[in-house]
Amino acid sequence: MTTVFDPSAAAGQATDAILRDTLHGTARGVVVDSPPGAGKSTLVVRAALELAEAGHPLMVVAQTNAQVDDLVLRLAEKNPELPVGRLHSSDSDPYDKALDGLENVRKSAKAADLAGLAVVISTAAKWAHVKVDEPWRHAIVDEAYQMRSDSLLAVAGLFERALFVGDPGQLDPFAIVGSEQWAGLAYDPSASAVTTLLAHNPDLPQHRLPVSWRLPASAAPLVSDAFYPYTPFRSGTGPGDRTLAFGVPSDGSGPDRVIDEAAASGWGLLELPARHTPRTDPEAVGAVATVVRRLLDRAGAATSERAPAPAPLTADRIAVGTAHRDQAAAVRAALAGLGVTDVVVDTANRLQGREYDVTVVLHPLSGRPDATAFHLETGRLCVLASRHRHACIVVCRAGVTDLLDDYPSTEPVQLGTVVKFPDGWEANHAVLAHLAEHRVTWRP
Amino acid sequence: MSLISTLARLEAVSTGRAQPAATVRHRHLGDRPLVLVPLITAGEAGAPLGALVGTDRDAPRLLAVPQPRDRDLRFAFLAELAGVVLPYVDSYAESVEAAERTETDPETGKRVKVEVDLCADAPQLIVPSRAGIDLVRLLGRSMRFRRTAEQDPEAPYPAPPRVPLLGRWLTHFGERARVPGSSLLLAMTDLLGRHWVTGQSTLEDQHLGALLAWIDPPEGVTGAEAALRAELERDEQGQLLCPPAGPATDPAFDNKLLAPAIERYDRARTALAAAEDGLEADDRLGALTAAEREIRDLVLSRTRPTWDAVWRGLDLLRELPEGARVEERWTRDRWSFTGHRDRLLAGEPPQPRRDDAVTAANKLATREREQARLEAQEALDDPLVMAGRRLSGEAFAGEVTDVVMAYSDGKRPSPRPLVTVRTDDRPQLGERTKVYRSLGGKPQAAEFVADEEDGAYVVLRVLDKMGRGKEPEPGSVPEKGDRVCFTLFEHEQRGGAKLPDPEETPWTHGGPPGEAALEPADPVTEEDVL
Repeated sequence: MTTVFDPSAAAGQATDAILRDTLHGTARGVVVDSPPGAGKSTLVVRAALELAEAGHPLMVVAQTNAQVDDLVLRLAEKNPELPVGRLHSSDSDPYDKALDGLENVRKSAKAADLAGLAVVISTAAKWAHVKVDEPWRHAIVDEAYQMRSDSLLAVAGLFERALFVGDPGQLDPFAIVGSEQWAGLAYDPSASAVTTLLAHNPDLPQHRLPVSWRLPASAAPLVSDAFYPYTPFRSGTGPGDRTLAFGVPSDGSGPDRVIDEAAASGWGLLELPARHTPRTDPEAVGAVATVVRRLLDRAGAATSERAPAPAPLTADRIAVGTAHRDQAAAVRAALAGLGVTDVVVDTANRLQGREYDVTVVLHPLSGRPDATAFHLETGRLCVLASRHRHACIVVCRAGVTDLLDDYPSTEPVQLGTVVKFPDGWEANHAVLAHLAEHRVTWRP
Repeated sequence: MSLISTLARLEAVSTGRAQPAATVRHRHLGDRPLVLVPLITAGEAGAPLGALVGTDRDAPRLLAVPQPRDRDLRFAFLAELAGVVLPYVDSYAESVEAAERTETDPETGKRVKVEVDLCADAPQLIVPSRAGIDLVRLLGRSMRFRRTAEQDPEAPYPAPPRVPLLGRWLTHFGERARVPGSSLLLAMTDLLGRHWVTGQSTLEDQHLGALLAWIDPPEGVTGAEAALRAELERDEQGQLLCPPAGPATDPAFDNKLLAPAIERYDRARTALAAAEDGLEADDRLGALTAAEREIRDLVLSRTRPTWDAVWRGLDLLRELPEGARVEERWTRDRWSFTGHRDRLLAGEPPQPRRDDAVTAANKLATREREQARLEAQEALDDPLVMAGRRLSGEAFAGEVTDVVMAYSDGKRPSPRPLVTVRTDDRPQLGERTKVYRSLGGKPQAAEFVADEEDGAYVVLRVLDKMGRGKEPEPGSVPEKGDRVCFTLFEHEQRGGAKLPDPEETPWTHGGPPGEAALEPADPVTEEDVL
C-alpha cells in the first residue's frame, strides 16, 4: 500500500515533537535542523508563544538586527497582547521604526529596563554584554548554524536550557583570521555554535523540519539531493501548484528564452561563452541586469497556493544574488542604468533567510580561472539556489564543469574535525548537471 | 588578490622589477633585532641541524648538531641557543616605564586604573621565512614541558637548565606572531612581501633569494632572470648557489654533502669510543673534532647566504620611513612581552598544549580585532594602500566643493553640515552608508546623503567631532577647497564583550575545564632513541 505524502501532517508532527521536547523534555537543549523555507520562523514564533503562555520567561537570540526586528513583528502579529522586550544597541537607528507602532513592545538598550517581560529578544552580539544574576529558564537561539561557537560561549551563561534552530545547509560562520590552531577541538571558536553544542552534548534531541514551503516542487528535489543528501526534505506544494506566466511574449533573445525556460521548469541557465574575466565580468553583469529588466517588462504573474488570483511579479518579488559585494555593486549599477532601482541585489550572506518569487543568480564560479574554497562553499550555492518560490535563473560562463574537474578540493585535512558532506565540489557538480537541462546559450 | 596588487604584479612583470606595495614601513623594526636562521634535518620533525643566530650582522653565532638524531647533542644545541636568546630577551626585561592599565577591581568589581610596569622596549626575532616561524613554534612546543634535573630529579632525560624557559619564550613569540600586525617575531619573506610586489606568485615569494632578486636585481639583469637563477642555479658539484632559506635543506645537499659528513662523524665517534689507550684516544679525538668541524662548515655554508639575505632585507626595509601608527602597534607588542615576563616571574606553569574554550575564543576575538585595525591603520598611514582601498570602492578622496550648514532636529539642535565632495573614485555608497575621515588622528563620522552627476559629486552629512556647541568648533568641518579622504571602513575597533572566566565555561562548551594539571613532556618513544 502506498501512502500519499501529506506535507501539512508531516510538518505538524515534527513541530509537535519539537514543542514537546522544548516544553516538557528533560534535555538542556533541543536542536532543530530546518531546510530552506521549512517554516523555521513560524516554529520559533510558535515555540516562543507557547513558552510565554506556559509562564516561562524567555530570551531569544538571533544573529542580526533585521532578524530580531522580524521576529518581534511576527510575535506581535500573532499575539498583540504579549509583552515583548526589544533589547537594542546604543547606536543611532538601532531597530526598525515599525516597532514603534507596537503597543506591547518595549525597546531599550539596557536589559534591566526589560526585566519581567514575557519575551526579550536581541542579537547575540548585544546579549553578550548583558549580565544577569538569575539566568533565564528558557532561550531560543535562532539561526544557530550561522552563529559562531565563541558567540554562543558569550551568551550561554544567560540561560538554563535552549531551543537551537537553524539551517545546516547555509553558509557556515567564518573568521577573518586563520583559526587552524583550534581545528579539531570540540570548542573551536570559529566553528558553528551547533557543532560545538553537539560535540559536548551528543545526546541532545535533534529534530528536523521535513517540508519546505518556500521551494517549489521543481526545486526541492534538487536542493535536497545536492545539499541535504542525508536529511532529505519535500516541497509543500506539488507540481503545477505554482505557475509563472508572462503577458508579453518572448522576443526570442537569450534573456527572454531563459525566462520562459525558468517559468516552465523552475530553473534556467543562461550560459555565456567561456572566458576568464575579472570578478565584475561586465558581460555577465549586463546579462543579469537584462534578465531582471525583461522579467519586469514582460508583465509576469505568479500563481500560487497563497491566493486564487495571480499576483503580479513586481520588483520587490525579484532578487539578484552574487558571491561578492563588488559584484552586487556592479549589478546594482547596471540595473540603475536600465532604470531598475528597487530590486534587491545582495551577496549570499545577506540573502540568507530571505524569500522571493524569482531569483537571478550570478554563478560564484562564472569566469573564474580557479575554484577556491570560498567559491566552492556549499552553503553559498545553497543559499543562492534556494531563495525562490517560483523560479531561479543562473547566469554563468561556460566551462565551470571543467574548472571543477581541474581544481579538486585541496583543503588540508584537519584531524578531529567533522567532514562536511556534501563537499562544495560534489554539490556544484550536482547543481550544474541539473541546470544543464535548462540551458540557454547566449552571446551578448 | 586586490585589483591594485594584480596591477602591480603585471607592472613588475613588464618592468622586470618588483613594484612598491607601500610607501612607508608597516611593521616595527627594532634597533637590535635578533636574527635566527635555523636548519633542520630531513626525516624528523623539528630535529635541528644548526643555526646562525645573533644581533651583529658581521658576527653571527654558529650552532650545529653534528648528529641530529642524538638527543644529548640536540639538548646541547638547545642549551647553546638558550645561551644566546635568553640573555637577549632578558636585556629587554629590565628597563621599564610606568604605564596605566584598566583592571577589574576584585573587591568592588569596578574597572579601575592601576599603575603597572611596561617594558620600554621589547625583543624582536627575525627568521627568514614563514616555515621558520613554524619551527620556532615547534621548538617551543618541544621544550617548554621538559623538566630540568633541578625541577624533577627523577626525570629520565633531564633538560639543561635554561631549555624549558627558552621553550616558553619561543612559544610566546610563536603565538604572538599569529596576531596580525604584531612584530615580536617576523619572517623576512612576509615583511618584504608586504612592502613589495613581485612578478611571481605569492607561493614563489616564499623563496627569500628569489624575492630579493625581484626587489633588488643585480645590474643588467631582470628580476625574473635573477629569481630563476636564485631558484635553480647550481655549482659544478650540483649544489644550489642560493641555498633555500630553510629550515628545510636542499636534498642534493643532504645526499651529497651532509649524509657522508655525518657518517664520517659517526665513524669517528665509534672509533673514539673503541680507543684502547690514551694516545690512540687523542688521535681519534682529533679525527672526531675534524669531522665535527666539517659539519659546522657545511651548516655555515648553507646558512650564511640566508643570513646575509635577511640583513639585506632589513637594509631595504629600513630605507622606508616607519608608518605613523606602527609605534602604537609595537606598544601592544611591548605589553605582550611584559605580560609574559610577569607570568614567568610569577612562577606560572608553561603555556598549555591546547587552549581552553574561553582562551581560544578570546584569542580569536583579539586577532580579528587586530586584523581589522591593521587593515584600517595601514590604509590611513599609507596613500598607496589607501589607493588600493579607493580602487576597490572602500574609500574615496576628493575636493570639497560646497559646505552647507544644517542642524539636527530635536530640542538642542546640533550641527550636521552637508559637505559636497568632488571625486573621481567610485565608492560603494548606499543609503545612509557611514563614512569616516581622520581628523587629528581621530575618526570623524559622516553619512552618505546623495550623489550628483552620476557619482562625480558625493554629498555627506557630518555627524560628530564638532564639539558640544551650536556652532561647530573651528577646523572640525571641512572647508571648500579642502582635500579630504573618507573611508567606508571604521578606523577604530570596538572591544568585544567580556567572555566568562574559564571556570565558568557554560555547559554548551563542555563546562569548566577543571584544575590545570602540570602537563608532562612528551613520552620518549623508540623513535626518539635511535
